[in-house]
Amino acid sequence: MSAPGSTPTWIPRKRRTAELGLLLLAIAIGIGSYAAVGLGLDGSVPPGIYTVGAVYAIVALGAHVAVRRFAGYADPVLLPLVVALNGIGLVMIYRIDLGLDAMGSPYGPFAQGQLRWTVLGILMFVAVLVLIRDHRRLQQYTYTFGLAAIALLVLPILPVIGNAKRGAQIWIQLGPFSFQPAEAAKIALAIFFAGYLVAKRDALALAGRRILGVDLPRGRDLGPILLGWLISVGILVFQRDLGSSLLFFGLFVVMLYVATERPGWLFVGTALFAVGAWFGYAAFGHVRERFDAWLDPWSDPDQNYQLITALYGLGHGGLLGRGWGEGSPELTPFGFSDFILSSIGEELGLTGLMAVIVVYGLIVERGLRIALTCRDAFGKLLAVGLSVSFALQVFVVAGGVTRLIPLTGLTAPFLAAGGSSIIMNWIIVALLLRISDQTRRPAPEVSTISGDDETQVVKLS
Amino acid sequence: MSELTLTLIKLGFLAVLWLFVLSAVSVIRTDIFGTKVQTPKQPKGEKKPKQPKGGTRTRRVRGAPSQLVIVDGPNAGQSVPVSTEPVLLGRGTDAAIRLDDDYVSTRHARFATNGEQWFVEDLGSTNGTFIGSQRVTSPVPVALGTAVRLGKTIVELRK
Repeated sequence: MSAPGSTPTWIPRKRRTAELGLLLLAIAIGIGSYAAVGLGLDGSVPPGIYTVGAVYAIVALGAHVAVRRFAGYADPVLLPLVVALNGIGLVMIYRIDLGLDAMGSPYGPFAQGQLRWTVLGILMFVAVLVLIRDHRRLQQYTYTFGLAAIALLVLPILPVIGNAKRGAQIWIQLGPFSFQPAEAAKIALAIFFAGYLVAKRDALALAGRRILGVDLPRGRDLGPILLGWLISVGILVFQRDLGSSLLFFGLFVVMLYVATERPGWLFVGTALFAVGAWFGYAAFGHVRERFDAWLDPWSDPDQNYQLITALYGLGHGGLLGRGWGEGSPELTPFGFSDFILSSIGEELGLTGLMAVIVVYGLIVERGLRIALTCRDAFGKLLAVGLSVSFALQVFVVAGGVTRLIPLTGLTAPFLAAGGSSIIMNWIIVALLLRISDQTRRPAPEVSTISGDDETQVVKLS
Repeated sequence: MSELTLTLIKLGFLAVLWLFVLSAVSVIRTDIFGTKVQTPKQPKGEKKPKQPKGGTRTRRVRGAPSQLVIVDGPNAGQSVPVSTEPVLLGRGTDAAIRLDDDYVSTRHARFATNGEQWFVEDLGSTNGTFIGSQRVTSPVPVALGTAVRLGKTIVELRK
């Protein structure tokens, strides 16, 4: 520093105690709602509250200790937000289990499994924090992750392990376990896109021509976006998975836009999306069904039973909700997974559902903020990719359940029942915290070196 | 369990849920505005300089560099004013200063700021960018007066 006092010294704040406070509140919300379900349903606190509550509190506090130990400067708000969502999701699944049981339904129970997956997810979260000490290491494996993503996407259509359920071929079956590889592919693709675009963004950004005030990229630079589009159309055709198709394409277009700062990509992307959507509508019966159900669900009440009960559920909840255990979310098929947002809307009302959506919004906001402050381009793009994929997923799920857009079939992150979704979302949060730790950590001191002679590349005299 | 108790539980739960959301927002708020600045010669009562955050452009930070000066090399003596925009150095026409230095690449290095600090980043140059004996591989913070070498050229940030 040449002039003392002229450059302000920054004291980075860790805010770990604030994180602990929020985390305790989040755990209290989870355990409190568990107790409220018992009180609402049969007037007594559920029998296993001490053990379940203790398991939940211990793993959540364990995650906090891991963050304190391995990512001391990381963002203080992300972990509590995620723990709160996960707790609400667990309790809602438990509540629907009880409802289904009372109805004599053959489904369920799901809550036990979900709690196990949550514990496993938090263990993976800690493992990622411990193993990946610097997110820039991931950049070395850009193409490995790209290959892994394609392999994961292809797995479900392979003959033996592929498994079609409810019209979509997106599961693989390994013995007793079924797994949705698209969730893992999402992370691998975000890493691949980030690494690829850091290397190629100048070529994509600098060349091009201007039409109608919009900078359009050159024809030959369209290659990658067309490939991304083909992959997502391939998912649509072979796996009949509208949601993932939309998610991957949206993720790619937004990351291209962020990397190149050229709005032209958004126009090209929207045009390609429109073509894909029209093609899907024209070629596939199930896409047309979803569209018709969106425009007028009451035209075919038997076909659209699920959506209609979900809408009635939201209406039944009203502004303040029925209260935990007092609605009937078990009537909606898959009210514990794809339609968990409408179940929450019924029991907690608009007030509770808005809180959940705000929590999602805050998670995305923290992700984008990490991207803004990140110093290296790869970390920036990776944080943008992970948070945009999260945002898109929430938008597609919430929009589908509330009939804002046609229903597609993605899971609400951290809420819906599903092992692969829970585990992969915990890994996403771990990656975001890792980038955030690097970003907020004080920059290393730079010493001014007086003599340059020993390093001078070209001798001048 | 009476109707009244259940209603109270319901409203209480919603209140705690929103309390959680609002306290998360307040932690975020202090995170944005609460970063402590150590300015040795500043009186206690004076307002701390707010840092430019997000997209809004605020006034320049005290002690921020105002120009990038070429100290040595073929273009010695030239300078370029800096504010918040990144500055590109190289032999190409899009560089802020066109360096007539055979050992400098077309797009050699970039100086950029995050509003608090300036960083130098090597753009994949052939001969590298050096601070002292260290080759710049990732963005490295540079203070006022730190000599940065590109080929035969030496540049530094000045007030």
